[in-house]
Amino acid sequence: MNVAVKPGATGLATPVLEVRNLKTQFFTDEGVVRAVDGVSFSVAAGEALGIVGESGSGKSVTALSLMRLLEEPSRIVGGDIRFQGRDVLGADPEEMRNLRGGRMAMVFQDPMTSLNPVLRIARQLVETMVVHGNYTGDQATDRAVKMLGRMGINAPERAIHSYPHQFSGGMRQRVVLAMGMSNDPVLLIADEPTTALDVTIQAQILELLRELNRDFGTAIVLISHDLGVIAGVCARVVVMYAGEVVEEGSTEEVLSDPRHPYTWALINAVPRIDRHTPGNRRLTTIEGAPPDPLDLPQGCRFAPRCPFRIERCTEHPELLAVAPGRDARCWVTQAGGRLALPPSSSRLRGEGLGGEAGEASPQAEGEGLSTLALDPEAAPHPVAPEARAGLSRQAGKGERLLEVRGLVKHFPLPKNGFFQKRLIVHAVDGVDLDVARGETVGLVGESGCGKSTLARVLIRIHKPDAGSIVFEGEDIARASAAEIRPLRKRMQMVFQDPYASLNPRMTVADIIGEPLRFHGLAATAAETREQVAELLSTVGLSPKAAQRYPHEFSGGQRQRISIARALAVRPDFIIADEPISALDVNIQAQIINLMLELQEKFGLTYLFIAHDLAVVRHISDRIVVLYLGKVVEVARSGVLFERPLHPYTRYLISAVPVPDVVVERRRQHLQLKGEPPSAVDPPSGCRFRTRCPIARAVCAEVPPPLAEHQGGHFAACHFAGEFQPDGGGAHAARHG
Amino acid sequence: MTALVDSHSTVLAVAPVRSRGQRWRRRYGLAAAGAAIILAWILIALLAPLLTPYHPDAVDVTVRLQPLSPAHWLGTDALGRDVLTRLLHGARISLTTGIVVVLVAAAVGTLLGGIAAYAGGRIEELIMRLTDLVLCFPPIILALAIAAALGIGTTNTIIAMLVVWWPKFARLAHSLVIVQRSQEYVEAAMVIGFSPARILLRHIIPNAVGPLIVLVTLDVGNAIITFAGLSFLGLGVVPPTPEWGSMVAEGRELVSQWWVATFPGIAILTVVLGFNFLGDGIRDWLDPKSRRR
Repeated sequence: MNVAVKPGATGLATPVLEVRNLKTQFFTDEGVVRAVDGVSFSVAAGEALGIVGESGSGKSVTALSLMRLLEEPSRIVGGDIRFQGRDVLGADPEEMRNLRGGRMAMVFQDPMTSLNPVLRIARQLVETMVVHGNYTGDQATDRAVKMLGRMGINAPERAIHSYPHQFSGGMRQRVVLAMGMSNDPVLLIADEPTTALDVTIQAQILELLRELNRDFGTAIVLISHDLGVIAGVCARVVVMYAGEVVEEGSTEEVLSDPRHPYTWALINAVPRIDRHTPGNRRLTTIEGAPPDPLDLPQGCRFAPRCPFRIERCTEHPELLAVAPGRDARCWVTQAGGRLALPPSSSRLRGEGLGGEAGEASPQAEGEGLSTLALDPEAAPHPVAPEARAGLSRQAGKGERLLEVRGLVKHFPLPKNGFFQKRLIVHAVDGVDLDVARGETVGLVGESGCGKSTLARVLIRIHKPDAGSIVFEGEDIARASAAEIRPLRKRMQMVFQDPYASLNPRMTVADIIGEPLRFHGLAATAAETREQVAELLSTVGLSPKAAQRYPHEFSGGQRQRISIARALAVRPDFIIADEPISALDVNIQAQIINLMLELQEKFGLTYLFIAHDLAVVRHISDRIVVLYLGKVVEVARSGVLFERPLHPYTRYLISAVPVPDVVVERRRQHLQLKGEPPSAVDPPSGCRFRTRCPIARAVCAEVPPPLAEHQGGHFAACHFAGEFQPDGGGAHAARHG
Repeated sequence: MTALVDSHSTVLAVAPVRSRGQRWRRRYGLAAAGAAIILAWILIALLAPLLTPYHPDAVDVTVRLQPLSPAHWLGTDALGRDVLTRLLHGARISLTTGIVVVLVAAAVGTLLGGIAAYAGGRIEELIMRLTDLVLCFPPIILALAIAAALGIGTTNTIIAMLVVWWPKFARLAHSLVIVQRSQEYVEAAMVIGFSPARILLRHIIPNAVGPLIVLVTLDVGNAIITFAGLSFLGLGVVPPTPEWGSMVAEGRELVSQWWVATFPGIAILTVVLGFNFLGDGIRDWLDPKSRRR
């Protein structure tokens, strides 16, 4: 509990929300989980506060506690919550009902399940307003239509009579926001409202939140794991770790000069879209995982992983002011220390440090602290750019590993009636792609662009309808399963969902060993065991993991197992289909680093599919942008972000949030209007024309060919390069 | 749906942390009881000749329809045979037929349903329409018709029941495999190069087997009742083989000599209950949400 003056609090008006020493616990059979362990913060009227943390930090439980939405076995066991000066925890059920949805509203993460699927939107919106007694039925209906329009839904008078399943994710989130705002709340709590949405839709929703904060004066508590999202909306931020607040301050200050090692780690683990990364491309990561909530350490909870750790850290630090308006729970910074930028070699260990005040630099070593030993040979060493190029030159760079021409894959939909025309989803509609040996090609696009289908067709899970796929000189587009089988040793895939991509009934030893035996790479049980153990250490897991089942591992560890399985057959080419999207930020960085190391060690070629542009920029040599089944732009990584030629690429880049308040404030947020068109009935000519600001008549008549504009830079646009709203790419704001 | 409960308490309450034994008993007590009942009956079936001094087919008209007595604990039937002895020997037939029918039907049904789901297209249509066809008929009537056509006898009745029993397993297996076939681990197996047969048998079916096991245990009770019913109707076992259903049939008009029909009925009841408890327990055990972690 601190009394430092906070920026944003007027000091005169009562804060809209004041939380003091909140404690929420889960009473499970295994023990008591202290999910929220003494959290305090306050939100002034009209202020936007961000709460950032990874899974297990307690941020969502905090949000649910604010509205007392928790069920057994969780209980709020201590603390004080005051909303507009009135006690929330002591309120009786009727007062709480008035509060929820009335003056305090909440928006949840998953738009697919937030709305009642059997009720029309009108009923759900009107009900919210009528129940709180502010409007009659008719007034409520009018207001509902207005709110939907305000939230950016086209033709709201018609939309209001639809059912939720007729809307896309982004539109559903707008409906939920409309419901939340319909009673003019003083406070809106948004729990990861954009995590499940595409980047351009996320940008629209964030812009909406900014407008609500600005125009309606609604205070916002925005919970997210994405620092960029917070930087774009919130003036102040609270960082949570293991149930506690570890840092608090204005977003600008916290992101530019973090005063807690965990914040520091989060900031440095995130690839940035507006920065060109140094030669070896490694991200800063901290080994290990958040502490087991049933067995929290006595001292500082971050100490076991902290690279700035000192002796005093065995004592649990309090949250104290480290600068005017800034609090941090760290002995090092409370004593005046500042946290330096990491060195280029970046796997950090929780090693102590001799001195206290002054600049604290993290200790970098080759071994991690986690209980699973790491392969010492896998320690990172910075590889100079020339050496990397040399590696690929030796391996025959320029030699085309994969050449795809005119690839088409359509999926017929079940017919609605006997006489109806059969509808077809044009998932991939004429894609050309080249991948050279040793390079990493990034494939980006939003939901519905066909990237997952493309991946599965390339690896021949599906058979293409037309086109050619020439892999190492052989066309495998129309090959039979038997012909492809030997090729399976040379190309493999890593999947997105770490929870579904490993067979839950097989041990790790079987999962990795079966491919070895099937392809004849190991003949006896002993050989298999040996190779499995070797593969496990290559990906940073202990060989003892082989006897365990997938459910005993965390998401990041499971992805490592997936990678080990893919490596087992010694492929040349790996297609990674969103391998890190389901993971926390720090774990994402670990997996990215692992994949880069493996690429150097084994000379792998990657096709890296992702929707996170910052990650793709970081890891790829060349990038391919897909839109609705077609390639719209191909360029080298740096070039794509500095001089994008296609308007869609420009929008995509602009939509990616940057964890830097100054940049976010200065950059121009290009708003891509509307929703992506349906793949069943794509627009004629150029598919992007329905949302393109520079579309002209020819765009509807002639599909633009993928033409080369400069060396290696291709774009499919009749007016490539003409859309220049801010005079430059992602860098304009930074240097502006 | 559980209602949202108001969660604030001013007193710092600590919920009791139960011991492992207590938790286990609470969750699986009934299932253990069921397993115990079944095991007891299996033992009885195996040891039947040793448990009573009488032979199940020994006719002695001098002691017909005797009530419960120290010599005949459960009385005698219309032919003077000891009811208890016939009951214990009857367990052999009833349990065996029940278990055999269900296991074989489950195996056949799962295979067909799994193939239908994984192969898709015409094969799926063919197999699923076949299951629809069989399921159109009321099961006992169809079994009756087939058994009547084949003739009386245990084996024939089992065959008749098999024809009627496999579709429900095929249906269940089909829906389970459909869920599994689009999972990423199946795609991963395809990418490694395994054949469809191998993927179905070694990868998918083990993941789909949970609900099938539950259905098997719950269904043994059904099969026993159905077989008893067919015996009751005159098919099934050849007299004088002791079987619970036919024993009930013999005693159905003997209202004052209630012991002839009642005890076989109770036997059927206990076995079916036992399997039901066990089945519920297995289902709870397999449900990931109720697992310890």
